[in-house]
Amino acid sequence: MKWRLFPVLAGAICVMQSSGAYADDADLIKRGAYVAVLGDCEACHTAHDGKYLAGGLALQSPIGAIYSTNITPDRDTGIGTWTYEDFAHLMRRGIRKDGSSVYPAMPYPSYSKMTDEDLQALYAYLTQGVAPVSLKNRAPDIPWLLSARWPLAIWRLLFAPSPAPPLLSASHDETPDVLVERGRYLVEGPGHCGSCHTPRNLVLAEKVQTAADGPKYLSGGFIVDNWVAPSLRSDDAGGLVGWTSEDIVAFLKTGRNRHGATFGAMNGVITHSTSLTNDHDLMAIAAFLKTLGPPQDVSVEAFRYDDAVSRQLSAGKMPSEGARIYVDRCAACHRTDGHGYPGVFPPLAGNPVLQGPDATSAAHIILSGGRLPGVAAAPSSLVMGSYRDVLDDQQIADLVTFLGQSWGNHGAAMTASQVAKIRQATTDEKKPAGE
Amino acid sequence: MVSRNEKHTDVVIVGFGWVGAIMARELTQAGLNVVALERGPRRDTWPEGAYPSSIDELTHNTRHALFLQPSQSTVTVRHRDSDVAAPYRQLAAFLPGTGVGGAGLHWSGCHWRISPVELRLRSHYEERYGKDFIPQDMTIQDWGVSYEELEPHFAFAESVFGTSGQAYKVNGKIVGDGNPFDADRSTPFPLPAMKNTYSAELYSKAAAECGYHPFRIPSANASQAYTNPYGCQMGACTFCGFCSGYACYNYSKASPNVNILPALERESRFELRAECDVLKVETDSSGKKATGVIYRTSKGEEVRQTADIVILASFAYNNPYLLLLSGIGQPYDPKTGEGTVGRNFVYQNESGVTLFFGQDKFTNPFIGAGGNGVAIDDFNADNFDHGPLGFVGGAPIWVNQAGSKPISSAAVPKGTPQWGAHWKKAVKDNFQHTISIHAHGTNMAFRDCYLSLDPTYSDTAGRPLLRITFNWHDNDVKMIRYVTDRMADIGRAMKPESMSVETKEFGEEFDLRHYQTTHIAGGAIMGTSPKDSVVNRYLQHWDVSNLFVIGSSAFPQGIGYNPTGIVAALAYWSAKAIRERYLKSPGPMVQA
Repeated sequence: MKWRLFPVLAGAICVMQSSGAYADDADLIKRGAYVAVLGDCEACHTAHDGKYLAGGLALQSPIGAIYSTNITPDRDTGIGTWTYEDFAHLMRRGIRKDGSSVYPAMPYPSYSKMTDEDLQALYAYLTQGVAPVSLKNRAPDIPWLLSARWPLAIWRLLFAPSPAPPLLSASHDETPDVLVERGRYLVEGPGHCGSCHTPRNLVLAEKVQTAADGPKYLSGGFIVDNWVAPSLRSDDAGGLVGWTSEDIVAFLKTGRNRHGATFGAMNGVITHSTSLTNDHDLMAIAAFLKTLGPPQDVSVEAFRYDDAVSRQLSAGKMPSEGARIYVDRCAACHRTDGHGYPGVFPPLAGNPVLQGPDATSAAHIILSGGRLPGVAAAPSSLVMGSYRDVLDDQQIADLVTFLGQSWGNHGAAMTASQVAKIRQATTDEKKPAGE
Repeated sequence: MVSRNEKHTDVVIVGFGWVGAIMARELTQAGLNVVALERGPRRDTWPEGAYPSSIDELTHNTRHALFLQPSQSTVTVRHRDSDVAAPYRQLAAFLPGTGVGGAGLHWSGCHWRISPVELRLRSHYEERYGKDFIPQDMTIQDWGVSYEELEPHFAFAESVFGTSGQAYKVNGKIVGDGNPFDADRSTPFPLPAMKNTYSAELYSKAAAECGYHPFRIPSANASQAYTNPYGCQMGACTFCGFCSGYACYNYSKASPNVNILPALERESRFELRAECDVLKVETDSSGKKATGVIYRTSKGEEVRQTADIVILASFAYNNPYLLLLSGIGQPYDPKTGEGTVGRNFVYQNESGVTLFFGQDKFTNPFIGAGGNGVAIDDFNADNFDHGPLGFVGGAPIWVNQAGSKPISSAAVPKGTPQWGAHWKKAVKDNFQHTISIHAHGTNMAFRDCYLSLDPTYSDTAGRPLLRITFNWHDNDVKMIRYVTDRMADIGRAMKPESMSVETKEFGEEFDLRHYQTTHIAGGAIMGTSPKDSVVNRYLQHWDVSNLFVIGSSAFPQGIGYNPTGIVAALAYWSAKAIRERYLKSPGPMVQA
């Protein structure tokens, strides 16, 4: 699954070598393959164990499951008969070839910011560089009335911005301004980071679409599949205030850095998109994210390590039941000082997951475990096993509360009934959550 | 009956332990397509090593979860030619691994090099002690490769394994309090030595008082988090004590699964097929060229996999077993001394003392790591004068506190009843207050210790079982008794309340019923001539030049150290020869 892209790229390179006449096309397809990586098309348009980009992945929404569509060039079931104009209309306006509106799960408000150049390359790749797969699109599991598509058109008119693609040079200039602008384009456009990391309103529209719209942009808080998408702004309530650009690049490239490790819904993004993104673009993303100041309503103070708990634990004193469970079950890897083994076993002291107002992710990881995706730059797919059958709700609540209050962390406490809800909602997760 | 042919590949590897993983990595890097066939199931840190179920002694140590069950396949064993061999029906003396990772998944993690003199053992003893010193029936010989040639491969293997240790000499310069008997190294260890347990500290002090040279054992249990040259990561060892017989839950013990497979699996030229039991190696009509292998899947289907290069990388005695089953090379005949396949089967020769301390001295034996500890090499290799002693060989002596588990760790002083209330009380009284010291020594090769096909018993595929003919010889009993006496001297210097000694008696026969070690070797040995070895110095078969037989099966005789370090170095050495010489000009790399 990880390598599906590569036969295509290799094929494209062969075409380039075999005939000069096709070199431009091959180059365009190759660039389109990279745009598909930047846009992480695979994350939604490839089902688990499904054919590449043939759709069928269930996306849970509050009103029922929606299924991603077949975007292979199959003429009957995919986009084989779509013209570039049809394709661009969808990407910019959320309107399909048949005139209907797509669900906002498709992040066309972000894609609307993509350059013509990138969309043309992506179109060339999707129509010429991807194997056609015959697989009919699946109707959403949404009850009648709610399943009507006309409200989507209203949603679109209300919330989707009018497309005005930025003019962006593809230069690899590394002067700070150019780097930041490239990063802005990648994050706001194809990367559609706001889809998860910007809070949404009651009708599931991202509250803001760009950094220019104010400090709610990428301020986190949206819960996807019982994972809290953290803030990507420079705040200390789960944001990136303590992360340098190098930390951000390392995280996106390898899924791990000295502060923490990827988990949950981000794993697929790392696997299919950011680990395959070139270093220049990763630096651009980091440079842009570092320009985002804190949201207005949270503290900006950087995490400061406090060794009080560490000293208690190494003296054999257990300040709480949560501490006792931590020493028994967690400290072997994450250590009594909470520092872990950075890059291998994530530190918990200062970990953004343990700073925010919502500790859902922490409880979810303890319940389901986690698997780091193995990627080219860091092939080890390290696993933390599930504690679902080892710890009960009260124990996990005690543990999460301990973690959020130790080593200088200022995270949320948790109750047994909150854990019970997360346990119930994630009951199918028999394996450590991974890619 | 072969029901299916798989697509031809450049290289087929039989067995996926350390050797299989190293060869697969090296040869895919050389641009070859590699298929690895592993008899056992897929295994990984998760779920096989997942905490907390991985640290279950009953499942792993008592019921041998990671080992080959005799109901699947076993060997027969006898002491001498005149006996009828009986099947090894209950795993005890040695524990053959199976599954992805092989013995590399369940090993302890003692990661040694070798004493240079052991690589030219016969020449060295003849030079120093005269030609008559080696007994007539002792068939020891030189390996055909030198320490200097292997050194870069030892160094690279250590970087892959994330080995923790303290070097003594690097590039001729003394750099620290490592083993003064060690040969020169080109690099320090990639990680600092592990911390000592209290028991190792006491031993170190006592050994130094006795005039010996204690040093910390090089260990493939990571002393710190580590990323190896392949990008594979390890966590720092927590001294949980569940190493040998277990898959490490903490990514701290080097294994093919942790240190090589993650990188290898990203390689499109590599394919690993688990639960594929290789039945034989096929050759062409000339018998000089291997054409591939036939294997049986878990569904009982027989499949042919053709390949340009065949590499046998299975557990020690399975390499010669496959050669015997395949009719490749001449089986060894102890009567005439002719033939090479099965010759020089060896084991390892061990003894131990247990020290019992009073109730006020807590040794906390539950803390431990498989490769951790302090050793002395004063009585290993030829680091001491064998002239007046009249034996060949030696043993490192160590406190290797590997973590005592609740079922198997019940050391009690001599004279304690073996069951009942008094036994229980003694276990309770002593559990926290004991230290074990071990000698882990050489077993020399003898004319009458060898491997052959069993005429009586066969397995479920109809193959005759492998037959081991093996017994202890006076040379080895002399050696271990001498070394045990030195070990007891150090033990007494540690001032225990009492001490029990376990050593070998003259005339004592090999006893399969008690665990000794899984360090089995020989049977398809390397050497300088096709008359007395199966493979040449590059581990290439003398007659079938596209067949490589790699592993401890290549040891011409037993070594003092644990085998994994030199097995890995030999694999890298052989891979280099294949990459740099064989691929350019296929054919024998050494002319017979």
